[in-house]
Amino acid sequence: MDENVAEFLRRIILKIPLCEMKTILEAWDFLSEDQLQSINLKQRKEFLAQEVILLCEDKCASLDDMALLDLMYTQFHRHQKLWNVFQMSKEPGGNDVDLFDMEQFQSSFKRILQRALKNVTVSFRVYEKNSVWIRVAWGTQYSQPNQYKPTFVVYYPQTPYVFISSCYLKSTVPLLHQALKVASKHHQMAQLDLRSRHLDSLTAIVFNEYDQTFENYNSTASWREGSLGLKTDLDSKIIHENTEEKVRIHRATQEAFGAYPQPQLEFAQYKLETKFKSDVGGGILADRKEPLRCLVKFSSPHLLEALKSLAPAGIADTPLSPLLTCIPSKKMNYFKIRDK
Amino acid sequence: VGVPVRTWLSRVSRRRPADPSELVSTEDALLQQLAESVLKIDCATELRVHLANSLPLPSNANRPRIDLIVFVINLHSKYSLQKVEESLNHVDSSFFLGKVCFLVTGAGRESHCSVHQNTVMKLAHTYRSPLLFCDLQVESFRAAMAQRLVRVLQVCAGHVPGISALNLLSLLRSPENPPSKEL
Repeated sequence: MDENVAEFLRRIILKIPLCEMKTILEAWDFLSEDQLQSINLKQRKEFLAQEVILLCEDKCASLDDMALLDLMYTQFHRHQKLWNVFQMSKEPGGNDVDLFDMEQFQSSFKRILQRALKNVTVSFRVYEKNSVWIRVAWGTQYSQPNQYKPTFVVYYPQTPYVFISSCYLKSTVPLLHQALKVASKHHQMAQLDLRSRHLDSLTAIVFNEYDQTFENYNSTASWREGSLGLKTDLDSKIIHENTEEKVRIHRATQEAFGAYPQPQLEFAQYKLETKFKSDVGGGILADRKEPLRCLVKFSSPHLLEALKSLAPAGIADTPLSPLLTCIPSKKMNYFKIRDK
Repeated sequence: VGVPVRTWLSRVSRRRPADPSELVSTEDALLQQLAESVLKIDCATELRVHLANSLPLPSNANRPRIDLIVFVINLHSKYSLQKVEESLNHVDSSFFLGKVCFLVTGAGRESHCSVHQNTVMKLAHTYRSPLLFCDLQVESFRAAMAQRLVRVLQVCAGHVPGISALNLLSLLRSPENPPSKEL
């Protein structure tokens, strides 16, 4: 095996956590059952990598096989990439009857990239029947592809949506977009102001699948004190004065966020370009005619659940600003705010 | 918001009277825990604790007289301070003769504080009421504070012979202008 390919494989194996090694190698479906059984999973990773390299050499593994393994690793660890969302559109009056052909899409996509750059590694994997994962390693006319800085694309063919991982190599972006548009027979590609590491949350937001209420959920039941977290035990010696208010807050929160679990996002960013407003007259900033530029970023492991719990926890007044509650419905977490 | 202790004289038949107190704060979880700690104290009188997020209380015909109001402010939340300041406007001035106190939590984690300690000290000074500091999230501190509150409550309800709420207030006042931090 070529030493670059062997090194590439070695680095992938070292990346994979030991507890996932068996699962990922099985899903890769390249080594045989016997070969997989023979791997000693209890040894140090360096030796394990050597063992896998030898097994792959026996089976004459190629760079494309390694690229596919890298793609599988990323599928398992999708949260390690930051995903951007794009929406493609066709020109009106075009031939909408075109049925999607996976083979034709893949060969067209690959051909476009290879014609432009000559040296690219392109891998495809159809996932769960309704999406295709693509890995592209970029080279140039004169140099081999860099396998360590690939771009990943997740395309849902029944929809106009594409999810692309943030790429270090900015110059490759136009070509990638072009290849996607042409291969999928679209004309335009627009980027949404929506970014996150949680690909599943992005798809839930984009396909409006996040508002699935559980079947057994009874929304009126939560109005009872017990589920509002108000305990009136100890012989009713603790009296809650604001139960009406709490019920109102609960209702307002339900209306704003719904009764279902929120999709998981890590941040929301607001770019403000508005004139400074102050209740107190005067001050240095009050007389500025130019808008004040300011960036506000909210971060959280689970931003939407945190926002949902602000009013019930007594940290903020209801109703919350619609700029915060509109994130899933507007499919945005990057906002630019200007004076009207 | 403080815990007023009310006495429940008229309703209960000849038993030792109950002392109602009012805890006012936006922080429901802290209030609940504090109320439970207060009620765990085995005192001779019957204690009642009312929890509120802000004042004025919703108009309710059958509310017994309140003996002590404790305003609980979380230094991590500007909102809790704001609500307490708004609520203070609705407290009858007679309460400020020893039947109001301020309880501040969260001072230990300075990096999380968005309210300055000086602000609450000035607030307590303005209203001539004692200021107590306690990390309400720690069980043992909460239990100790609950004991203090029950003692104050008993004085305010008139259950300790020889000392009234006003006596207690002047005992707590330090000779210099800033109010004392420790009870």
